[in-house]
Amino acid sequence: MGVHVSTTVNGDHAEFTCAEDEVLLDVLRNRLGLTGAKEGCGTGDCGACSVILDGRLVCSCLVLGAEMDGKSVETIEGMAEGAKLHPLQQHFIDGAALQCGICTPGILMAAQALLRKNPDPSEEEIRFGLAGNLCRCTGYDKIVRAVQSAAKEMRS
Amino acid sequence: MRYIQPNTAKEAAAALAKEKGKAFVLAGGTDLLVKMKAGVVEPDLIVDIKGIKGIKEIKKSASGFVIGAAVPCAALGENKDLVKAWPGVVEGASLIGSKQVQGRCTMAGNLCNASPAADSVPGLIAASAKVVLTSPKGSRKVAVEAVPAGVGRTNLKKGEFITAIELPKRAPRSADAYLRFIPRTEMDIAVVSCAVNLTLDNKGTITAARVALGAVAITAMLVPDAAKAIIGTKLDDEAKAKLAAACSAACKPIDDKRGTVEFRTEVAGVLARRAAEAAYSRAGGK
Repeated sequence: MGVHVSTTVNGDHAEFTCAEDEVLLDVLRNRLGLTGAKEGCGTGDCGACSVILDGRLVCSCLVLGAEMDGKSVETIEGMAEGAKLHPLQQHFIDGAALQCGICTPGILMAAQALLRKNPDPSEEEIRFGLAGNLCRCTGYDKIVRAVQSAAKEMRS
Repeated sequence: MRYIQPNTAKEAAAALAKEKGKAFVLAGGTDLLVKMKAGVVEPDLIVDIKGIKGIKEIKKSASGFVIGAAVPCAALGENKDLVKAWPGVVEGASLIGSKQVQGRCTMAGNLCNASPAADSVPGLIAASAKVVLTSPKGSRKVAVEAVPAGVGRTNLKKGEFITAIELPKRAPRSADAYLRFIPRTEMDIAVVSCAVNLTLDNKGTITAARVALGAVAITAMLVPDAAKAIIGTKLDDEAKAKLAAACSAACKPIDDKRGTVEFRTEVAGVLARRAAEAAYSRAGGK
């Protein structure tokens, strides 16, 4: 059996066949070779698998691959333009806003979704915007500061 | 397991009705996929309703709002007319989960998951919202409070599913509010919750009200005595005290690690008072 799906990933056409109960996270990682999205909890609590689906931030562990037909998904692999990092990525590095890095792709996608809706968020808005992303290494201060400095650069 | 995405509600209902195994409706999947992962449910058939025309739309009409069953909660807060007319309904729905969950979760799913603590349900009950149920025989409308039957159980018949939630037309000087108690600031489940919906006359006297409580019984519930306590008043201290007492009296909560019976009973009254104050002020009362 299996479902054949025709979709768009980071602006490029993609096709895959997946099992009916296979989640988008597994499709991205195991069928499309996009291993940026990580499985933390697999139940929508940690945000490590965050992607942007038709303009909305979602946990890819809570989307079926079968649902993707005709949809468009953005993953962390589409964030940089070639070798040029996105300002969010650059400021995370410059501000040491990561340690082990497992949560970072999801946090960057969540921050990207936030800044598209709100280019000048307050600290509180950033903390609420990232409340669905858990980091067990850094604490969140450096992450919040990196998003603030990236937002500032993106506005200028 | 099979997965289908029908284009019409009729087709979806027919597939649900004729399935001999376990059939589940998929809208946002934020409950269903978690339960599948945990092995709590093992569907034979998943009917993804998002392909049904209009089911992801919010429509404003002369008789109110029609919110398609697959509208993600994030879209509710983006609809300025809806926020203006039903701020309490929107604030309840907006409290469910993280931004990621908001991008997928739906009020219809929150209702059918039938948790007593569902954040969007008290607001819908207070609003006199109705659900449109479609089955192979046609469709019918029932009050939101008639949907949950108990923890994790609904009164929906086999082959029946929600296609839309309807919010009635607003009288002038009407507003609603929703409050919940959680021990943290975000990403938690209500220990107690309350929604108040009211209408004022031009002197600020409450002419109509509905009060609903969540997480203090096996389902979210309407509390008619609480509404009676404030109708005909300007929400003075005596009315607020009676409102709080009526809410506390209606509570039949459980003791668990998140709150005791005594705590939930007391806080239900406190939240009712505060939600009533918020709704009263939003409706233009002073």
